[in-house]
Amino acid sequence: MAAVAQIGVRSETFSRARLLGAFYTVVGLAILFFFSRNTHVGELATLGLNTVQSVKAIQLPDIIVPVLPVTAILGALVTLLGVWQMVRGFRTTGWLLGVASSAFLVSFLVWAARGTSFSLIGILSASLQLATPILLGALSGVLCERSAVINIAIEGMMLGAAMTSVLVANLTGSLWLGFFAALAVGALLAAWHAVMSIQFKMDQIVSGTVINIFATGLTSFLNQRVMQVYQNLNNQVTFPLLSQVSPELGRIPILGPLFFDQSPIVWMALILLVVIQVALFNTRWGLRTRAVGEHPRAADTLGINVIRTRYINVILGGMVAGLGGAYFTLGSVGRFDKLMTNGRGFIALAAMIFGNWTPVGSFASSLIFGFADALQVKLQILSGQVNIPSDFLLMLPYIVTMIALAGVVGRVVPPAADGQPYEKQ
Amino acid sequence: MANSVQVEEAGGGGTPAAKPAAAPRASVWQRSLNALAIPVLALFSALVLSAFFILGSDPVVLTAWSKFFANPGGALGISWKTVADAYGALFLGAIGNPGQMARAAELYLTTGQTQALVNAFYPFTESLVASTPYIFAGLAVALGFKCGLFNIGAEGQIYIGALVAGFVGYSFAGLPWIIHMPLTFLAGALGGAVWCAIPGFLKAKTGAHEVINTMMMNYVAFNLADYLLNGPMKRGGPEGFIPISPDIQTSAEFPRFFPSPIRLHLGFIVALAMAILVWWFLYKTTLGFEIRTVGANPRAARYAGISVTRNFVLAMALSGALAAMAGAGEVMGVNHNIAQGFSPGYGFDSIALALLGGSHPLGVVFAALLFGTLRNGATKMQSLATIPIDIISIVQAFVIMFVAAPAIIRWVYRLKAGGGAQAIFTRGWGG
Repeated sequence: MAAVAQIGVRSETFSRARLLGAFYTVVGLAILFFFSRNTHVGELATLGLNTVQSVKAIQLPDIIVPVLPVTAILGALVTLLGVWQMVRGFRTTGWLLGVASSAFLVSFLVWAARGTSFSLIGILSASLQLATPILLGALSGVLCERSAVINIAIEGMMLGAAMTSVLVANLTGSLWLGFFAALAVGALLAAWHAVMSIQFKMDQIVSGTVINIFATGLTSFLNQRVMQVYQNLNNQVTFPLLSQVSPELGRIPILGPLFFDQSPIVWMALILLVVIQVALFNTRWGLRTRAVGEHPRAADTLGINVIRTRYINVILGGMVAGLGGAYFTLGSVGRFDKLMTNGRGFIALAAMIFGNWTPVGSFASSLIFGFADALQVKLQILSGQVNIPSDFLLMLPYIVTMIALAGVVGRVVPPAADGQPYEKQ
Repeated sequence: MANSVQVEEAGGGGTPAAKPAAAPRASVWQRSLNALAIPVLALFSALVLSAFFILGSDPVVLTAWSKFFANPGGALGISWKTVADAYGALFLGAIGNPGQMARAAELYLTTGQTQALVNAFYPFTESLVASTPYIFAGLAVALGFKCGLFNIGAEGQIYIGALVAGFVGYSFAGLPWIIHMPLTFLAGALGGAVWCAIPGFLKAKTGAHEVINTMMMNYVAFNLADYLLNGPMKRGGPEGFIPISPDIQTSAEFPRFFPSPIRLHLGFIVALAMAILVWWFLYKTTLGFEIRTVGANPRAARYAGISVTRNFVLAMALSGALAAMAGAGEVMGVNHNIAQGFSPGYGFDSIALALLGGSHPLGVVFAALLFGTLRNGATKMQSLATIPIDIISIVQAFVIMFVAAPAIIRWVYRLKAGGGAQAIFTRGWGG
């Protein structure tokens, strides 16, 4: 079907360029129209560079901008680019999406903060936090799918790990034991997925669904039967923020609140990102993994153990998803709530696909989802300014996911053997 | 991208393309027994495995096991009693008390008194009531599978169906029931069709995988329902603080068949009729054939001149319509209004159900009856034996696993490989 679909796209390339142009023109006009409403000439917006939490940090002056000129200039810019794309067409359109979406977001933020102030660093810091579980989920997906095992069970693995981390941390009184228990549960569920999909050659999406349903059911079951009965098993346990460990780091302006008012798990995620990116494309393990994902038969002929590679990758992926689960509890709120992952595992998959199955791409898209999420939270504070019901804001990350998946940036290419069980001959 | 594509045929006649069929043809009796063996054993094994979770989370049982070497009989006894109590409550809640039924029937035959009869059969009819949305939603997922599409958004579609049906149900006053009732039901179905056609369209046009899109649309639907039920569709008056819609007009209600408290309603019959309709559509019409062909092998379908795009959109729209009927049926037959969180997860359960039923309409009906019975019984189990209702998710996970990988069941129970074809048909990311 891939070939069929591509033929279809190629014949539509011309109209697709036009369509994109029209889309961006509409975006530009929308900026001009919507973000000039309810404001008047000379009204100012204050974008803060300090956060409420970082009072100890060295304070910076806020950025104060006039609302109307900013939205007018950005709106006009996007409209012009859109018209140009519609009439003449740019050779590459990826950057256009970046420009248009940033212009839209900046004008939206400026408009939302009209006559008041809005912490820019606060929202960026929140974006990074909210992007972390999505990034970890996406990295888990990259590890599995680069070796051609689809993993839609990230949600379930995160949920299971989130609950286990709190349970174990409270039972043993050790944060780190809880942390490693989360990794272990991720690995365990992943091993189950691996046995079902690699050994028994079960449809990988069904196998992932089994784990999702199981983890959802078991965590809800235990939550009601154990954690609500013995409430001290669900006491708050969190890693201290880096700035709490070393206050000097938190004092750095901008970088302090952005990177050091964060849980260590955020840093683990960033480090893992670099490690996996380098390992996947510059090491023997990475080459083998990609070979197994693209053409397992060829890899097998060259003496690579396809089955073992897949097992290792899926279990590693499970551990990364487990780390993502630990973030929800140990890295964030510290307690387990029923269904607390709230679809982030699926958004992580979308981030992975959007990021074209690469760690760095996944990170970029995780940040977008994290930003959409943070925006949704922050805008509820500005609800007087922005007259959108909170339910619609809550839909934002999911709708962004769908738009992203619909391939606004163009087509993505999964590993060639993705989803196919391997039968040794 | 496609997996080794497997054609699934009703009644277990087909063989997977990958496996050469060398076994001699078994008799019809033998084959239907084989086809039944896997689901039945899957359910049995799932219940056995789930019992360990009931035991492992029970402090009394755990204490008894910690003294196992001092008193092995005690540990085993209390384990047995815990599980027997749990599943006994499940049976009582799901079917009813056989003794009470017999006495009530005797009373009815001798005196003509109906109240005892109604009370005795109430649990059983409640199971049928709970099965009704399962039939609709299970058919929805099954129809998606037939086209190679995995619709995990049935839960959201149920809400959309309920919202649209509810709106038509309460806002159109003064219509005769013969118009209002079908109008309400079909409006709900149409809402679901439109809602679910979106991921179908996205899949066909951009390759965006329907698993993620239908999941995302679940969350959108839940938030939409929250918004509507707390805002535009909220009931006024003294109950104005509860997120619940006004009651629908009586002309839009599905009639109930028996005296109160029995809630068995017309929706159950409609659901059975839908199962027949879906069977007829899939196996007796050209469109159904096209959908199944696309599901079996989209590339071959394309070469045969069948539009993959159109069938993706059509199958998703029909799937969404069926799922939405579950929501509409609940509003029209059971609740008569839409409340926040009215569906206890019928849509999510329907995935397991469709797999258990082998994606065949008849299988779906049986699986739905089973799931309705389980859910109804689990409610009782929650109140009598304090086992959280989520235990049935665990049961379901195991059921799907065993049905999707029959090799495990065959290995455990030493069954010979039967003629039943593997009934799973989703594919990779479709890029």
